[in-house]
Amino acid sequence: MIAHAADAPAQNLASYNFAYLDEQTKRMIRRAILKGIAIPGYQVPFASREMPMPYGWGTGGVQVTAAIIGRDDVLKVIDQGADDTTNAVSIRAFFAKTAGVATTTTTPDATIIQTRHRIPETPLHAGQVLVYQVPIPEPLRFLEPRETETRKMHALEEYGLMHVKLYEDIARNGRIATTYAYPVKVEGRYVMDPSPTPKFDNPKMHMSEALQLFGAGREKRIYAIPPHTEVVSLDFEDHPFEIQHFDEPCALCGAEQVYLDEVVLDDKGGRMFVCSDTHHCESRRAEGHRGALLGDEPAFGDQPLTDKEPAL
Amino acid sequence: MTPSATLEALAKAGIPAPVKPLLTVENLTRVYGKRIGCADVSFDLWPGEVLAIVGESGSGKTTLLNCISSRLTPTCGTVHYRMRDGVSADIYKMAEAERRYLMRTDWGFVHQNPIDGLRMTVSAGANVGERLMAVGNRHYGNIRGAAIEWLARVEIDEDRVDDQPRTFSGGMRQRLQIARNLVTEPRLVFMDEPTGGLDVSVQARLLDLLRGLVSDLGLAVVVVTHDLAVARLLSDRMIVMKEGRVIEAGLTDRVLDDPRAPYTQLLVSSILQV
Repeated sequence: MIAHAADAPAQNLASYNFAYLDEQTKRMIRRAILKGIAIPGYQVPFASREMPMPYGWGTGGVQVTAAIIGRDDVLKVIDQGADDTTNAVSIRAFFAKTAGVATTTTTPDATIIQTRHRIPETPLHAGQVLVYQVPIPEPLRFLEPRETETRKMHALEEYGLMHVKLYEDIARNGRIATTYAYPVKVEGRYVMDPSPTPKFDNPKMHMSEALQLFGAGREKRIYAIPPHTEVVSLDFEDHPFEIQHFDEPCALCGAEQVYLDEVVLDDKGGRMFVCSDTHHCESRRAEGHRGALLGDEPAFGDQPLTDKEPAL
Repeated sequence: MTPSATLEALAKAGIPAPVKPLLTVENLTRVYGKRIGCADVSFDLWPGEVLAIVGESGSGKTTLLNCISSRLTPTCGTVHYRMRDGVSADIYKMAEAERRYLMRTDWGFVHQNPIDGLRMTVSAGANVGERLMAVGNRHYGNIRGAAIEWLARVEIDEDRVDDQPRTFSGGMRQRLQIARNLVTEPRLVFMDEPTGGLDVSVQARLLDLLRGLVSDLGLAVVVVTHDLAVARLLSDRMIVMKEGRVIEAGLTDRVLDDPRAPYTQLLVSSILQV
């Protein structure tokens, strides 16, 4: 009898609320999200919870996803564009377990895409939500360390300091050398840090069909860009904003005009450049595109594609 | 005759229209608990005029300066500033955005310690250009051009434009701070001991430079100093403070040559003679 009594609470302990967070917390986060959507680019403070993962691993993004995810949603998680890295696999498995939702690696099939520092190459469509994991939401942080002051600067729209940083870039390097976390102005009002995405992705935020939500867990801030919102990268008239350009196409799928990762092949200086977005690269190879270094291997499409997750 | 017709007649006769004060301070008081920072201070500052506030340390000079430059809210009293459109406005009744905009366009503030007034980790050019960028200038070439021009005016070589002020000497930092404040062509500049902590030869050159800039630009200046020599060299009028109150005010030459209040006599007689 005693063993049986001890078993009952143990069974209760093993079950989580849907999507891990309790309903009251999710309501609090949803209120912050709604406020963020109502004031595009404004950082809404929220009562960030402890999550079963360390700060810096996406606690903000996970809380936003947990607050908006429903049973019918299909979740995709990417880490620097890749679906198969530790962070992406663990977060996907986390929601598969705590919410029982379907997961995918295919960008167009997903309804929620949680991302760490990339925007998928495939254009997003209406109805999709892109959830960013944000380490430092305050774009003015490194220029003005006082939070009281930066909040006042946002309130009074005093953004001259942001251009001091860009001026400094040009004075030192001859061009704007900021390549990631490139500041943007949202709907002509708030200057926003797009999280450390490469500036290559900045134009994709402009007039996006999808809703974009940003969660910073350690810093306890949520902000948002609703669909069809103007997002302009800051620049100078005589030094306009530019995205990165790559000299060669992807070594595996031959794609051009995409963001590439550099992969070191050996200790003799050998390296290749491949798509950072793994789904984009795989689907192109499935369509028969072949890059210079794909070699004699069968094209990716010859192998069966699976969405199977490793058991947690 | 209507007043405007009178003014026109005066202008025809070559007599300038009567100017109104740029800054009007009335009964300004700031208390720290039971202690007095400054009490019941009133004065007018006219366009192009340099006013020195002197007194020993602890006499309330800096409190007064901070109160009139909107950096410290006074306990009571008013500060009216005549805007460029001629309308006089109470700076503490303005919206904060308007007041801060005023502070970085029409006003300047030169700190005693340049570290307080400069961004030490960005280049001299960006320091000078910051105010231009704050008012919406978005052309790198123009901003840099203005910065170089201003560095030249304060006698800093053009090739130091990309150096950080950390690498500058004390005198250069102070001159850079002045350039940074004057780039938006303010009408009113507040200075808190601008020559404090500099050796005498550097002080002399800085004072020379300030005098030139003030007369070239027609700046109105409120300068706080404990150094009567600085006051004599720079200012037209002066206010002597003791224990938070104004004990004597008048033309600089009159106050220094013929001090009336016993304390001012003591102050003037305390100047070291070389």
